[in-house]
Amino acid sequence: MTSKDDVLSVSVWRQTDDETGTFQQFDVPRQESQTVLDIVSYIQQNLDSTLTYRFACRVGMCGSCAMMVNGEPRWTCRTHVQKAAVDGKLQIAPLRNLPVIKDLVTDMDPFFDKWTKAEGVHHPSATRHDAIVPVDTTTAQRTIANEGIECINCAICYAACDTVSGNGDYLGPAALQRAWTLVNDERDGGHETVLDAVSQNDGCHNCHSMGSCTHYCPNELNPMKAIAGLKRETAKSWLKW
Amino acid sequence: MLNLRLYMLQRLTALVMVPLVIGHLAMMIYAIQDGLTVGEILQRTQGSVAWFCFYGLFVVAVSVHGSIGFRVILHEWANLRGRALDLVTLATGIGLLILGSRAVWAVTFAELAS
Ligand code: SF4
Ligand code: SF4
Ligand code: FES
Repeated sequence: MTSKDDVLSVSVWRQTDDETGTFQQFDVPRQESQTVLDIVSYIQQNLDSTLTYRFACRVGMCGSCAMMVNGEPRWTCRTHVQKAAVDGKLQIAPLRNLPVIKDLVTDMDPFFDKWTKAEGVHHPSATRHDAIVPVDTTTAQRTIANEGIECINCAICYAACDTVSGNGDYLGPAALQRAWTLVNDERDGGHETVLDAVSQNDGCHNCHSMGSCTHYCPNELNPMKAIAGLKRETAKSWLKW
Repeated sequence: MLNLRLYMLQRLTALVMVPLVIGHLAMMIYAIQDGLTVGEILQRTQGSVAWFCFYGLFVVAVSVHGSIGFRVILHEWANLRGRALDLVTLATGIGLLILGSRAVWAVTFAELAS
């Protein structure tokens, strides 16, 4: 016999057409150390094979499994049901602030396009013919650059950011953090280009410094601090000019 | 919708306003010690180049600062964008400037000029 504690009541977002959708109810058996991703997989494998979702590594490396869990953005492969469920209930929805393709899968294009728009790409400062210059990992600047490099592009910060909700063109925390990392990377030859890119209409100066990004980043990175760094650097260059 | 230039203008005008607000409040507290009358205020401000500059600067800073802040709210909460947003920002700034300048002029040189 199953008791109430052995079953979890899960409502999952199902896309009915391009524009909208609705929550569908499932009862999923509880297991020890179950993650939210386990729940979604169980539903897809045993209850409704048409449920669409995205994951790859299942160990918090690839950044593809992020969803809204009880209204908060989370990496589902590393979120235990025990922690996320409220009164034995779980609501699972696609990531906020991104267009939904189907069910729990969002279109990540706008998110990645903004990385490019923020010049979050490598700007070579040397060629393959130059000797390799060792990077001193102990400098203050390298320490700052290191703070942002563990980003797994999961878009959780992006989903958490109310400024993105209010202004769909805002570059967002992850892209801006990448920009800040590059500005502090001595191997990057495009510091000015990056600072210029983040100073445009939808750049770092739109951040309200409320810190949802930092609060929710599963890797405990601090995009808010990175953005503050960008504001400081761009302000300095503006005053010099 | 806030680029570096607008951001800096808003921060710099905030910096300008800090001492002005403190000065204004200090003056208010001092001035109401034994009641406050129109006559007393006008006596202090009329013909005063110093108060004209003090409040004149205040009005300019408020107009720039306020219109940029209003712009952010309109963009994020009313989804106003592009040219419409620029125009409303400008109109708000000019509106505040006109209202404020009229008030400053009224308590400093208006009577004397007429
Ligand atoms: S601190 Fe800035 S980037 Fe982070 S959530 Fe808030 S507005 Fe968005
Ligand atoms: S900064 Fe954190 S939350 Fe944002 S994409 Fe990178 S890892 Fe995810
Ligand atoms: S599946 Fe790769 S981070 Fe969750």
